[in-house]
Amino acid sequence: MKLFEYEAKEIIRKYGIETPKGVVVREGDDIRKAIESSGLTPPLAVKAQVLVAGRGKAGGIKLVNNVDEAVSVSQQLFKTPIKGIKPSILLIEQAIKHDAELYAGIVLDRAERKPLVLVSKYGGMDLEEVAREHPEAIIKYYVDPYKGLRNYEARILGKQLGLTGKALSSFENFLQALYRAFMDYDAELAESNPLALLPDKVLPLDLRIIIDDNSLFRHTEYAATEKERLGELSEREIAAREKDLAYVELDGDVGVIGNGAGLTMTTMDLVYEFGMKPADFLDVGGGAEAEHIRDAVEFVMSDPKVKKVFINIFGGITRADEVARGIVMALKDLGNKAKPLVVRLTGTNEEQGREILKEVGITPYSDPLEALQALKNL
Amino acid sequence: MGIIVDENTKVIVQGITGREGSFHTRLMLQYGTKVVAGVTPGKGGTTVEGVPVYDTMDEAVKAHPDANTSIIFVPAKFAADAVFEAIDAGIKTIVVITEHIPIHDAMAFVNYAKEKGSIIIGPNCPGIINPGKTKVGIMPANVFTPGPVGVMSRSGTLTYEVSYFLSKAGLGQSTVIGVGGDPITGLTFPEVAEMFERDPQTKAIVMVGEIGGDAEERVAKMVKEGKIRKPIVAFIAGRTAPEGKRMGHAGAIIMLGTGAYKDKVAALEDAGVRVAITPYEIPKLVSEALKRA
Repeated sequence: MKLFEYEAKEIIRKYGIETPKGVVVREGDDIRKAIESSGLTPPLAVKAQVLVAGRGKAGGIKLVNNVDEAVSVSQQLFKTPIKGIKPSILLIEQAIKHDAELYAGIVLDRAERKPLVLVSKYGGMDLEEVAREHPEAIIKYYVDPYKGLRNYEARILGKQLGLTGKALSSFENFLQALYRAFMDYDAELAESNPLALLPDKVLPLDLRIIIDDNSLFRHTEYAATEKERLGELSEREIAAREKDLAYVELDGDVGVIGNGAGLTMTTMDLVYEFGMKPADFLDVGGGAEAEHIRDAVEFVMSDPKVKKVFINIFGGITRADEVARGIVMALKDLGNKAKPLVVRLTGTNEEQGREILKEVGITPYSDPLEALQALKNL
Repeated sequence: MGIIVDENTKVIVQGITGREGSFHTRLMLQYGTKVVAGVTPGKGGTTVEGVPVYDTMDEAVKAHPDANTSIIFVPAKFAADAVFEAIDAGIKTIVVITEHIPIHDAMAFVNYAKEKGSIIIGPNCPGIINPGKTKVGIMPANVFTPGPVGVMSRSGTLTYEVSYFLSKAGLGQSTVIGVGGDPITGLTFPEVAEMFERDPQTKAIVMVGEIGGDAEERVAKMVKEGKIRKPIVAFIAGRTAPEGKRMGHAGAIIMLGTGAYKDKVAALEDAGVRVAITPYEIPKLVSEALKRA
């Protein structure tokens, strides 16, 4: 789960890190009053709180020179979709004059299975761009998760960025805090870009934290506001989430349902291979029960752009009879709204599954390629 | 031979009294796997499918000192604790079936296992099978046959799919192992590839990868450096997946400019690895590779 910038900054402040003075305003708030009572003095930065990458470039951050301008720009931002998403929250901050922009981030490295700290003198650009244009300027440092990131390690990294004196010790504190926040909040990513360099300190102008969704049971304060942050998702994707379906919307017309991400992705690839276009990726996951399958089939068939549906199941922990029962339930519920369907069904409890489907006139395939050919001929 | 498990493997099932734990204990026993004990806190003293259940791993290994492997069906919230418990009980191979375990938890137990000399398979994986000998996992046993092909996969269902078609083509498997689809896993492709390289039964390796991460690229590098000499046939799922979207589980996402389909295929082909466009071509490519070898 991506946190909003203002939330990430709230977290880092808990670790004693200074952030630019600011105020959060929501649609309908008295913006002028909010700015005045927070004691902010222009110039200000008005920043749309949207969870998309490249927000600045897309026009989501505006610099203003007085309060009047801040109010009008804010009102305008509330109406302006940034990469398709209309912000409902803004962060208005003191604009900070600074000498240089750094990058500091932490991710989990798959190969080493350790936290990886990335720092660079090239802040302000996105890291992929830096990786492409100045690969040598990204300093990588693996942290031993048992030892944690120690002060001296943060200091060595700061030195490598050319920092000295007070700015060096401020950077040391910042990186330490970022690491602790990364660990305490089960983050997949914690980064500041840009991290402003001032003569005597560093200051995170932007801050991003992504919490691992699987850990949300430990971070219930964010789980409660999940709906506010579904910015990147389409309406159907949001609806799918509410039904607990792992669904990605695509633009073709063949509904794709599979079990397991690997098989479902492959099914999608194969639909293309046979000259058709998938309308979605829907992975029913491992061990899906009949009700879950019913929901999945009904959800895909209710998509107006779906003309036909392909279900590809290879049961392991998932049982073919449960799948078949779910399909039958969905077809009954949908009645004449049901769309043409090809089922490939094999694996655990395959025989029982076939019997259940045959009762409603569906003959499932066991060979996926034959099934795809049948789908194409449909 | 085959790798990691064999007919002498003695298994403890952690979370044996749950829906999946008891169901798959029965299937493993039917396959001939030596399941010697189960653990569920609070259910000590009962039995599941005739297997004695204990409250703690400590009790289970004291009563069954020959147990060397565990398989975990414990819910995500408590799974990390179960893994640490198995490591501290001295279990050397731990298969973690559970999905949705927090990544930081996985990172902690994977590092701890390494320190203590235990192997973790998973999390979020179908387990491991040495066809005809033992199965420590949830895979449908009938699709596997004994033979010369080592299969390693990030996806559960694709593992079954590929093994089914290999078996149908008369190509049995030495060991089939699902390493798991999460960003952080215990065993990784490079490690499994090295084990297959040393295993006398394995004559060819099938690698079923997917977009995201760089494990496939690292295997390609090992082939290039001559560390893996046995022929490898690869398949990468997610050729048509949109960038930046999470496809079903946490592992399959293209991020920070790494893990794209074309980069993986390019690295593999550059190393001379044959890459199948669909999983169904794999048997043909494996037969060709075995003939050349």
